[in-house]
Amino acid sequence: MGDSEAKIEAVRFSFYYGKRQALKDVNLRVKEHQITALIGPSGCGKSTFLRALNRMNDIIPGARAEGEIMLDGQNIYAPGVDVVDLRKRVGMVFQQPNPFPKTIFENVAFGPRVLGLDGKLSMDEVVEKSLRSAALWDEVKDVLNKSGLALSGGQQQRLCIARALATEPEVLLMDEPCSALDPQSTLRIEELMNELKARYTIVIVTHNMQQAARVSDWTGFLLLGDLVEYDKTAELFSRPQDKRTDDYITGRFG
Amino acid sequence: MLRISPRLTQKLAMTGIWGTGIVTVLILVVIIAYVLVKGVADINWSFLTTPPRGGLSGEGGISTVIVCTVYLIGLTMAILVPLGLGAAIYLSEYAPDNRMTRLIRYGTEVLAGVPSIVFGLFGFALFVTALHFKFSILSGALTLACLLLPTLIRTSEEALRAVPHSHREAALALGATKWQTVWRVLLPAALPGIVTAIILCIGRAVGETACLYVTMGDTTALPTSLFSGGRTLSMHLLKLVMDTNAFEKALATGVVLIVTIIVTNAITNWLSQRFLARMTGVQ
Repeated sequence: MGDSEAKIEAVRFSFYYGKRQALKDVNLRVKEHQITALIGPSGCGKSTFLRALNRMNDIIPGARAEGEIMLDGQNIYAPGVDVVDLRKRVGMVFQQPNPFPKTIFENVAFGPRVLGLDGKLSMDEVVEKSLRSAALWDEVKDVLNKSGLALSGGQQQRLCIARALATEPEVLLMDEPCSALDPQSTLRIEELMNELKARYTIVIVTHNMQQAARVSDWTGFLLLGDLVEYDKTAELFSRPQDKRTDDYITGRFG
Repeated sequence: MLRISPRLTQKLAMTGIWGTGIVTVLILVVIIAYVLVKGVADINWSFLTTPPRGGLSGEGGISTVIVCTVYLIGLTMAILVPLGLGAAIYLSEYAPDNRMTRLIRYGTEVLAGVPSIVFGLFGFALFVTALHFKFSILSGALTLACLLLPTLIRTSEEALRAVPHSHREAALALGATKWQTVWRVLLPAALPGIVTAIILCIGRAVGETACLYVTMGDTTALPTSLFSGGRTLSMHLLKLVMDTNAFEKALATGVVLIVTIIVTNAITNWLSQRFLARMTGVQ
């Protein structure tokens, strides 16, 4: 497929919640420095797949994975893989903005504090750099000691992005990051994603097809745990190969 | 059939609810005001700084009793808070949801309802007798800790459970370990609830009498070590009322007791708010 290297590759990946199978033999290659969108109706497994990429599903009792997910060629489900290490490399932004009830500064500093600074930059520099990357610095530079919860919803989500960037991940997972935001804030986040893809590999789950079409380079369509179709976004939306994809993107169901 | 108009029932309900509210507040105010007004006259420097001398007229002051109360509460909290918080963290964050955990939870609920004198008997048998701690502040503090443990565990566990799940996810997704999540996110977020629980425990500890008589003895000498016996303000108050004619001294002791509780609560609240303001950035 490739005009660039695969950063993440799922190989015959299946996922179960207890007896229920949420993902079936998914094969998917996420390209480095591209935005990959996952779309599909509720319950199709797109969030499960996203959360499998940093093993956030591990904390759910009864959850079980089969197959492999390779990050730079290393299977992240191999025995002995340190999830803390993995999550340092694969950051995540959630559906609801979820800043900690701490100051703006401490929210961003959280990751570096728990993981330890690498010594190249001071904490102040890390926080400023991350907030600048998340296009939030100019709005909050004078109120860093205010609570993160005092910000607007859109600002909170950019704070969460800054918090995720502070650990210098290679991949950024975004789980419907705009679904709780107004159109203006959504636009800010989408612009931001475009800026960030030069440095990060981004995987976004969205229920909003227009958003997928606007921001992503690649799009995968999931249905009932199957990856039905995966292609360049322009291709998938203009010439879907599968009847079910066509039905979904033209709004016949979902 | 007589139909009462909704407007009338609304009026009746409002009157009733306001009435119960006013009565409750009134009772509280009357009790505190009575003790304060009657008791404050007998408080003076020598009352606070001389030890009780005993006798039918309740000679002397309450100095050693105050010291003993402070020691006991301090020691009780030093034992109670780490144990209680540890158990609460275990139950809310680490324990799997199975039969065993449900049994533990049910057990703590039952224990929270057991009368304090039963804990006194247990403390007498275990700490005073079997472990040879004698009648001492240590025995008293250990017994109080056992008595208050279920309450602290339950309330702190509720406070921890009330922290949104999204905070846990956010911390873990940033590469925090489970313990870092507990220590840096969950405990600070649950702190107001935990502080309330601790304040309630201090209040109950200050008020206990029966279970302390059987574990701490009843000496009025100045405590010199963990193994000294002693008498708390509440015990002293009871003694004054029942065994002496010095009712005004009992009231004065009551005033000191009330003020102690108010001051302790204020300090605890102030400390936690200062901590929270620094942590959360909310002024």
